[in-house]
Amino acid sequence: MSRILLGISFGLMMAALYLVFIYVPTEGTMGVVQRIFYFHVPVAWVSFLAFFVVFIGSILFLWKRDEKWDMLARSSAEIGILFTSLVLITGPIWAKPAWGVWWTWDARLTTTLIMWVIYVSYLMVRSFAVEESRGARFAAVVGIFGFVDIPITAVAITLWRTQHPRPVIFEGGLAPSMLLTLIVCVAAFTLLYIYLMLQAISLKQAEADLGKISQALRG
Amino acid sequence: MENSGYFFAAFAVVWAVLFAYVVLLVRRQVRLKQEIEALKGMLKEKSLPDQ
Repeated sequence: MSRILLGISFGLMMAALYLVFIYVPTEGTMGVVQRIFYFHVPVAWVSFLAFFVVFIGSILFLWKRDEKWDMLARSSAEIGILFTSLVLITGPIWAKPAWGVWWTWDARLTTTLIMWVIYVSYLMVRSFAVEESRGARFAAVVGIFGFVDIPITAVAITLWRTQHPRPVIFEGGLAPSMLLTLIVCVAAFTLLYIYLMLQAISLKQAEADLGKISQALRG
Repeated sequence: MENSGYFFAAFAVVWAVLFAYVVLLVRRQVRLKQEIEALKGMLKEKSLPDQ
């Protein structure tokens, strides 16, 4: 299953690279730097998806008290932070030639940074807790309340006047070739997220099992 | 191809970070394998205490 998924996501990633580098036309106003959009938007989408999974996993963990939901939430938080970091790196790389500055405290950028801080604290809460189970419960609370920032981040560009570009995708502002490239990139990064999730969860499961066996043997 | 440096920088960063995460997962996997080997050794010692 995991190998098939890796194969499909590798194939899609190759198709995405072909579309971004060769197929899609260069945008008239911004030039080649606009192509960053085809990485920036998919990684932003994956980070929203990852934190939604954290939200669901945290609710189910507090409700059922089953470790597997905590593992799901924790794995998704790790990958979500990774992808949000990519959003926060690729955004300024695009902003410098487009706006003339690396960073500005505009609503979308600020709420994205807050989102990153919330989920880093989600992981930190665990390491600070004396008991592992208590840390997992505290983290689940952060995972639920922290999710409030996700819809705010998503609609920040329509709620406030921001420097960040408006949602051209939903306003029909993309040429068909650009839309196709974006869809393939989103699909490729989503599959990559699912693959990384499967790997991260199975690793955490193995670590937990091994920890229990090791404790039983040493005790 | 004005500003192409920014484009290639963004592209390189995305792949470098994703690659680093995969390396991290592989390292965790290697550590788990070492731990399994250590446990196997421990089990062997426990099952053959007087030999």
